Amino acid sequence: MTDTDMTLAAVDSGPEAEAEGLTPGQIFRQRLFGHTGFLIGAGLLLLIALIALLAPYIAPHDPFQQSLANRMLPPVWAEGGNPDYLLGTDQNGRDYLSRLIYGTRVSITIGVGAATIGMLIGVTLGVLAGYFGGWVDHAISFLLTAQLALPGLLLAMALVFIIGPSIWVVIGIVGVLHWTYYLVVTRAATQRIRSLDFVAAAAASGATPRQIIWHEILPNLASSIIVIFTFELGIAILAESSLSFLGVGIQPPTPSWGLMIAEGKQAMFYRPWLVVLPGICLFLLVIGANLMGDGLRDITSPEGRSK
Amino acid sequence: MTRLLDIQGLSVSLPLPNGTLHAVRDVSLSLDQGGTLGIVGESGSGKSMSALALMRLLPRGADCRATRLALAGQDLRDLDDRSFTRQIAGPRIGMIFQEPMTSLNPVYTIGRQMTEGAVMRGLLSGAEARRKAIDLLDRVGIPDPEGRMGQYPHQMSGGQRQRVMIAMTLMLDPDLLIADEPTTALDVTVQAQILDLLDDLRRERQMGMILISHDLAVVAERSDHVAVMYGGEIIEQGASQAVLRAPAHPYTQSLLQAIPQLGDAPARLGAIPGTVPSLMSQPLGCVFAPRCAHARAECTAARPPERQHGPDHYCLCVLTTPPTGRRMAEPLRAHAEPVGEAVISARAVSQVFHSRKGLFGPKREIKALNKVDLTLKRGETLALIGESGSGKSTLARILLGLATPTSGEVTMLGRPVAELSGAERAGFVQPIFQDPYSSLNPRRRLSEIIARPLVLRGEKERADQAVRDAMDLVRLPKRLLHAYPSQLSGGQRQRVAIARALVTRPEALICDEPTSALDVSVQAQILNLLDDLRAEMGLTCLIITHDMAVVHQIADRVAVMYQGRIVEEGATAQVLSHPSDAYTINLLAAAPRFETKPEEIEVAE
Repeated sequence: MTDTDMTLAAVDSGPEAEAEGLTPGQIFRQRLFGHTGFLIGAGLLLLIALIALLAPYIAPHDPFQQSLANRMLPPVWAEGGNPDYLLGTDQNGRDYLSRLIYGTRVSITIGVGAATIGMLIGVTLGVLAGYFGGWVDHAISFLLTAQLALPGLLLAMALVFIIGPSIWVVIGIVGVLHWTYYLVVTRAATQRIRSLDFVAAAAASGATPRQIIWHEILPNLASSIIVIFTFELGIAILAESSLSFLGVGIQPPTPSWGLMIAEGKQAMFYRPWLVVLPGICLFLLVIGANLMGDGLRDITSPEGRSK
Repeated sequence: MTRLLDIQGLSVSLPLPNGTLHAVRDVSLSLDQGGTLGIVGESGSGKSMSALALMRLLPRGADCRATRLALAGQDLRDLDDRSFTRQIAGPRIGMIFQEPMTSLNPVYTIGRQMTEGAVMRGLLSGAEARRKAIDLLDRVGIPDPEGRMGQYPHQMSGGQRQRVMIAMTLMLDPDLLIADEPTTALDVTVQAQILDLLDDLRRERQMGMILISHDLAVVAERSDHVAVMYGGEIIEQGASQAVLRAPAHPYTQSLLQAIPQLGDAPARLGAIPGTVPSLMSQPLGCVFAPRCAHARAECTAARPPERQHGPDHYCLCVLTTPPTGRRMAEPLRAHAEPVGEAVISARAVSQVFHSRKGLFGPKREIKALNKVDLTLKRGETLALIGESGSGKSTLARILLGLATPTSGEVTMLGRPVAELSGAERAGFVQPIFQDPYSSLNPRRRLSEIIARPLVLRGEKERADQAVRDAMDLVRLPKRLLHAYPSQLSGGQRQRVAIARALVTRPEALICDEPTSALDVSVQAQILNLLDDLRAEMGLTCLIITHDMAVVHQIADRVAVMYQGRIVEEGATAQVLSHPSDAYTINLLAAAPRFETKPEEIEVAE
């Protein structure tokens, strides 16, 4: 006994506890605030989210208010600009800045909504395929192959055409078409985690598959799911823009960036700002989401690549 | 003899996100032509780093300094990277790595990989290189070398790949061969063959060899000089016989006492308290002082001086005469209990795995277990020994009820295991796994991990107290209650895994290689702990291992597995001293051991 006691005393006062006293949470926070890309991305997204929330308070005009006297005004810095309309007006004389601000709401709603629907479908299927394997895996992999073989945009157009366009339909369809990435990643990760000993230890303690998935596997998938979510957010926003541009997405007069680009395209050569301004908004939102996704991937990876 | 390699004052530091890691500090080594230098140390002691520094294979950003770095008189520090790669790495110094499964490129044939280096350097023509490669493959003992030239690495076993790796290094006729844990990933019988081969080749070619290993027995057997590394420093070096027979440094002494010895009556192991030091800050004094039983004030004040303890035996320690108070061998606490009734038994258990190449490929059958009979009786410790792929882990999963055998029957407490509910099984038997890094969920705190089996049984209310009791049992300090696994060392993690297994107060444990991922000193702590637990709780244990010395240390009875069958079974003493099966005899002969018995480890003058 004396031998073990001595061992104990020394383990207790071992130097490693003090040296590595940071909890994973503290290390995570340290990495979070040391990552420039992540900070820029998160800052952009936060700003855009605030604009969407506070749209009624910050928009200078009613986005639906037409004023035929003030059609196609250029932005204030261009020749003929009107200080009342900072970013000019569109074909129907509606204030472009207000429409861009309200358009943020549509883009964010669709991005978050569609990415969430895709996540629910993809993660569920991925975990099931990875955990149970066998014929479940075969069936889900077949579904994945089938989905990947479908021309996404064409299918989305057809579906919107059949069901009828509305923002909820667009969210649903974009979401239902964007789950493959989640599935591929979570399936592989689940297969790997499933073979680790702590899963076997849980099974040997009488845990059911459901308990193992919720308690042992999902927490370990969380970081990769968050990363994919930010990527899919950008992709879904672009998909909405494409659909709106093609005329089967958001319907006028609802302001949406994609729709605004579509409406501006006839006058693109004479009034380029009609296309450029919503394009810049779209770019900022997508790059914000991607930077944040990249950052999260770096921060949550074990080696902690910090830039 | 001429001096082949001379390293003086080698230091390596690595920049990490949270500081600088001083991996190697002021290391001086030398090696004569045709000699063997063994470098031993626990993980993180800097032994591989020193070799990588010599080969200029350090991770990017590493800072490497030395006052002298000479190969046969030529100072290597003067060479730029380009000429180093052309002239030294390969033609002068060859290196063999630990993992034969990953050190060959899977997309090229063996022939191409072997001849590439020589042809690219313009040393040999294609045809000459091919002839030489075939000769060398033949020399390292690969059957049908010509046919093998066209094969890919995956078509060979691990031992064969390591042979190919050796042959490949020899293609350029190096003067110095660095073998970094060349046999750690291999089975014991293969290990002996590979080490013999390296020995023969070294003698034939008058090569110098650096053998890096964590296994003292391997180094003791195979090298004439030994350097013992700890915490990035060489704390003792000299002739193997002197260092390992009469160690002068307290660390080397404790390390030798921590190893279970085959030739001796099993006794408590001399575990070294504490854990390997963090190398993030350079210690002012002796690097071993915090764990040293003989530490005094001056140890932490300044670096200890180098003292000579014999014609060729140096040691970094303040003590002028090495400590002599050798710990008396303490008997094991657990006694061979009068063995009770059978608690888990397997009758004619077979397991067949089917695999299929692709969706429509032909079916293949792999027989992992072939009609195995095994009985675990109450109160005993049964060791199941065998090499990788012999089916021992598959059998463990079946005995735990985690897998269903293709045929045969497993009974637990007299009832078929399939009839028992998960909770009943869990209440009786719990597993402990090999790799403490994968057996704990990295996203959960220790308190949650240890309490989990209780929560699953719906005994949440008594979890708090039970967790504390279990932590006491495995000697884990309470302050770790809310730590995450990533904050613990390997030995602490294995204690957590044992605490989780014991929290439901099971009567039996099935331990799958419980110490093979751990360092020698930590292994001693865990083996002593298992001894304590047997004495205190009367546990029934099934221990799966590949290490004969561990069997000898802990088991009452042993079963030897080979290719899915049990080839020999009996009392440990009986099987180890008078093995009857040819395979067991082989296995015992191959196990590396010290030529000396511990009683002979006397202290230097």
